[in-house]
Parts: sequence; C-alpha cells; structure tokens
Amino acid sequence: MRVTVNGEARELPDGTTVADAVAAVTPAASGVAAALNDEVVRRAAWAATPLADADRLEVLTAVQGG
Amino acid sequence: MTTTDGAAGDALVIAGEAIASRLIMGTGGAPSMRVLGEALDASGTALTTVAMRRVDPAARGSVLDVLRERGIRVLPNTAGCFTAGEAVLTAELAREALGTAWVKLEVIADERTLLPDPIELVDAAERLVADGFTVLPYTSDDPVLARRLEQIGCAAVMPLGSPIGSGLGIRNPHNIELIVEAAGVPVILDAGLGTASDAALAMELGCDAVLLATAVTRAQDPALMAAAMRHAVEAGRLARRAGRIPERRYAQASSPFEGISGS
Repeated sequence: MRVTVNGEARELPDGTTVADAVAAVTPAASGVAAALNDEVVRRAAWAATPLADADRLEVLTAVQGG
Repeated sequence: MTTTDGAAGDALVIAGEAIASRLIMGTGGAPSMRVLGEALDASGTALTTVAMRRVDPAARGSVLDVLRERGIRVLPNTAGCFTAGEAVLTAELAREALGTAWVKLEVIADERTLLPDPIELVDAAERLVADGFTVLPYTSDDPVLARRLEQIGCAAVMPLGSPIGSGLGIRNPHNIELIVEAAGVPVILDAGLGTASDAALAMELGCDAVLLATAVTRAQDPALMAAAMRHAVEAGRLARRAGRIPERRYAQASSPFEGISGS
C-alpha cells in the first residue's frame, strides 16, 4: 500500500501500524505525536492502529520557535 | 533593597498557576542549542515556547532537552497556522506530544505581516477552550478583540507590540493601556520588542508579562540581551507598582525655595 508520511510517499507492507511507521521516522520514545488523516492518534493506540492505502500520516515533535 | 526583595509575593499567575518569571521566552532564531541555553539561563525565564513541526530524522539535539535540563516549563505554539482547523490540530498534537494542555494560540493571516487573523483566532480559541485547553492567544493590539478572547475563556491575552520579529517596539501604547485597564486575565505583551526599553515600557504600561524571542536570539550577544531583558522586565514591573509621577508641562523644584542664601 502507498502511504504518505510527513509529506513523502512510501510503499509499506499491508498490516503496517502507526507505531511501525513512526518508528521508521524517529527513535524518540517521547515528545512525538502522530495525526492520521488530520486526526490525532494517541500514543497508546499506535500499535493497534493499522494504516490503509492512501492514508496521510503526520509525525510531529517540538522544535525551536515562537 | 534588591529587586528580588521587591518582587517577593508578586508572582505572575496564569490559570491559577504561579510562573516564577514575568519574562516568557521564545526559542526561535537562536543559532545553536548552546547559545539558546545560555540565553535562557541569563533570562531567568520559567516558561518558554516551542513550535510543532514534522520530525526531522537528521536533527541533532532537541529543544525539549534544553528546556528539561533547566526545569523550564514548555509552552507549545501554533505558529505557521493560517486557519482555525490547522491551529486546533496542532494544539492537539502538542498536547499529545508534550503532555501539556497549555497552548500559545497563533493563527496568522499572511506571511508578509504575520499579523493575527482575528476571525480564525476567535474560532480556534472557542474550540480549544471547549476542549479543555488553557489558551494564551497571540492577538492584535485591538482592545475589543482582547475582550472577546477573554469572554471566550482564554487564560490570558497576548497583544503584539508590533509585527513579529520587527523590533519596532510598542507602536500603540494607548491601545495596550486600554487592554490592560479592561482585562481580568493576565496581559502578556507578545511580539515586536527590539530592546530592553521596549520591555520596560510594556511593564510600565501595566502588562503582566512579556514574551519575546527574536530580540534576544538574534541580538549580537543573545545571553547579554537576555540579561538586559530580565532586568528591564523587573524594573518596569517595579516602576508600575511604585506609581510614577504625573507628567507636567513645567518644572517643579525638588529643592525648597525657602532659606535660599541672600533672599
């Protein structure tokens, strides 16, 4: 399936979860949040949330600003 | 008496929580984490903003570590959001990532001015307050808009002095005074300050705190300017509480005229 992660198209195997996709982007254990198709997915639900074709996943953290 | 003694019992309180410094810092614009850390130390700040952005796998060092090492409370912002929907989602992500329901709400109208979009701002503030956030909105220096934001349930109002990063200082001190007079929540002067006298003026006008970033992080010596801002905020606050003399058109002698030699 084809999923967009932080604006980049990726080919991921079926069954890939939000937890898998986040882990591929960052090893950080905290300070990170994910939104799937503009809805926040709580960290506790990452492992149980499978991705589907054409999903858009955003993985954010805090940076310098403001 | 030191300024520290003068500040005793005069804590900034936002949403029922005491904040140990009236200088709130931003972290944007610093050339390195080391320079940022030195500036934060010199500022004495207890509350500092961060932005939420896509994870950069190549990034080295985290601003969160810089704040955690110093025990500084983190205040996520919604910088870069142009609509209420974007701002609400960013605030929700920040709450999830950082474990805080406090948010500096920023909804800007365009990239050239970075001025707040009042329509989107009010919409976002209503939605976030309803969702349990402690909302600190970055707003224009419009007293009516500030009043509306307070009525919605915002925990503070944060009018700009002038456009973000401009260093133009406080362009409409009269409006800031009007906002202060009417506000029942803390007023935090946010954006546009260039140097220490701007921060002192904000406090003399009655603001409860000052939020600044660029003035420090892009100064030639950020740590030195951070120290200057810290002293300016303290001095301005003390002057406000002390009650300044009225301005007069003509001189008023401070030495007595009685007993002048030869009179």
